Amino acid sequence: MSVQTVNTPPTASPIGRRASESMGKLIASLILIVAGVIALTPIVWLLAKTVQNKDDILSCLYFAPISHWTTENYQHLFVKTDFGHVLLNSIFVTDVTVITQLFFASLAGFGLAKYEFKGKKLVMGVMLATMMLPGQVTMAPLYDMLYHMHMVDRFQGLIIPSAVTVFGIFLFRQSILQVPDELLQAARIDGCSEFRIYWDIVMPISRPMIGAFCLMAFMGSWNNFLWPQILMHHDYYFTLPIALNQFNGMYSTAEGSMGILLAGTMLSVLPVMVLFVFLQKEFVAGLTAGAVKG
Amino acid sequence: MSTTLTKPSRPTEPASPGSRPTRAKSSSWFTAQHKLAPYVFVSPFVIMFSIFGIYPIIKSIMLAFYATNGPKSQVYVGFSNFNFMFHHHDFQIAVRNTIIYTLCSVFLQLPCALGLAILLNQKWLKGHSFLRLAFYSPNLMGTVYVGILFQQLFSIHYGLVNRVLASIIPGFSTDFKWLGDPANVMPALVLTSLWLYVGYNMVYFLAGLQAVDKELYEAAEVDGANPWQRFWAVTAPSIKPIATFVLVTSTIGSFQFFDLPYIMLGNGGGPNNAGLTIVMYLYQQGFITGDLGYASAVGWTLAIGVLAISLLQMKLTGSMKGND
Repeated sequence: MSVQTVNTPPTASPIGRRASESMGKLIASLILIVAGVIALTPIVWLLAKTVQNKDDILSCLYFAPISHWTTENYQHLFVKTDFGHVLLNSIFVTDVTVITQLFFASLAGFGLAKYEFKGKKLVMGVMLATMMLPGQVTMAPLYDMLYHMHMVDRFQGLIIPSAVTVFGIFLFRQSILQVPDELLQAARIDGCSEFRIYWDIVMPISRPMIGAFCLMAFMGSWNNFLWPQILMHHDYYFTLPIALNQFNGMYSTAEGSMGILLAGTMLSVLPVMVLFVFLQKEFVAGLTAGAVKG
Repeated sequence: MSTTLTKPSRPTEPASPGSRPTRAKSSSWFTAQHKLAPYVFVSPFVIMFSIFGIYPIIKSIMLAFYATNGPKSQVYVGFSNFNFMFHHHDFQIAVRNTIIYTLCSVFLQLPCALGLAILLNQKWLKGHSFLRLAFYSPNLMGTVYVGILFQQLFSIHYGLVNRVLASIIPGFSTDFKWLGDPANVMPALVLTSLWLYVGYNMVYFLAGLQAVDKELYEAAEVDGANPWQRFWAVTAPSIKPIATFVLVTSTIGSFQFFDLPYIMLGNGGGPNNAGLTIVMYLYQQGFITGDLGYASAVGWTLAIGVLAISLLQMKLTGSMKGND
């Protein structure tokens, strides 16, 4: 008897703890599921609305019956608007921007990571100081400058000022710092020139960083709104974000013609989503690299 | 002394086989390119950065003291740009809105992001990477498209938000005006940016949590600490550096709030300027009215404000660290 009474309390408390633990797990799972549903609902809603006709867009809460699905919004997008032209503009501007940013950032990042030279401290100090300044400070003088350089309403005005990214240089410097010096030294003894060391050794080793950087640079350029909005007055030079903003005003909601607008939005967000699915691991690594180190 | 020391080594060079002279030539080229390499690698950046990064910063300081009419004419006006700004009603509204938005986004977004990160960091959880992808996916959309999408979601009668709320809350009418009523504009913007940025900040918190030393948790558990005590004793101090980073960057980002209100409310900033932010004000004054000088003055005011607040935040979190 006495043995039993001694034994019961210790066994009761783990059972109680286990019950409250599984209760906690249930609540946590519920919160995560609800949050996940909220996170995905707007995106799925967007997809659902782009395949509906004018009547369904206004009447259906979410998905229309599958027999009603239509591609007319996408067809109208390419026939009635100059979405195709704008899409090509965006692809061109983004590709050129990403490649030039990658070239400048990796080259300067390598130079700042693996060499000692006069003025290095000054360059790094100035870079750090300017990172603190919000970009809006220089918008007015940059516009003024590009106006006098005849780059307003030109793709150059988007591409050239954004060619150098201080943030990108720091990212590449961080990752190239981890390349062992012995490797570079061995290449030098074999007669490798410094540029070949950059091209044939450092760049291949930095492949994960290149993936992360390209995705970030792609997103930055593809989604950039304020600067193109300031710079581009003529719709021949419009990129997707400013064109979609213009559609937003044109295709009024009441007529249900917002299907065209939403189809354009869907096609605009698709490339980044597809890229992200393939590069997810590299991207998260690149995103947090700057934070954990700094 | 040094000449006598180097001399013995020299005669050996010509004495060795005939390939020597060519190698000497190539090695002088080799050392030269090695010495020049860093300058060659860094100078393209330095040149571009000086033209498009540094020069505009210096120019903007000067421009802030000028009144301009587009890029063509400039008149020196001294401090009157700043004087006008601080007395301009719209600017005051913009500052107030921006501060309200920043407070909401910091005190709503960051706790939610941390909470989700803690839940996602549980070992027993399944579907880990899917959930992370789901939470992060809004951030892939880009602010312009989020703005367009949420303008539709918040619209009256057929907008998803009103229809869902009407079906949950009895008496809620589907003609509830989110973006048409000054009182509801800011809540709509805050909710949209909550949806957009929670996953983004969560990724940082998650990285911080995963770096916490597991042995510390085990030690705390052995000592009989409950989950709440474990959080404050182990998790909180460990993730403090990354939490400070997230706090400072999201404050800076909130002060530059532009895309969402501009897309969702239009150029005017919504009814009664209820969604007018500082950067929207800067855009209106600089690029619609065309006073680039005044826009520079607004830009510098914003920059100094942001800098002061982030330094304050870093000092506050740093001083708390000192008390520990």
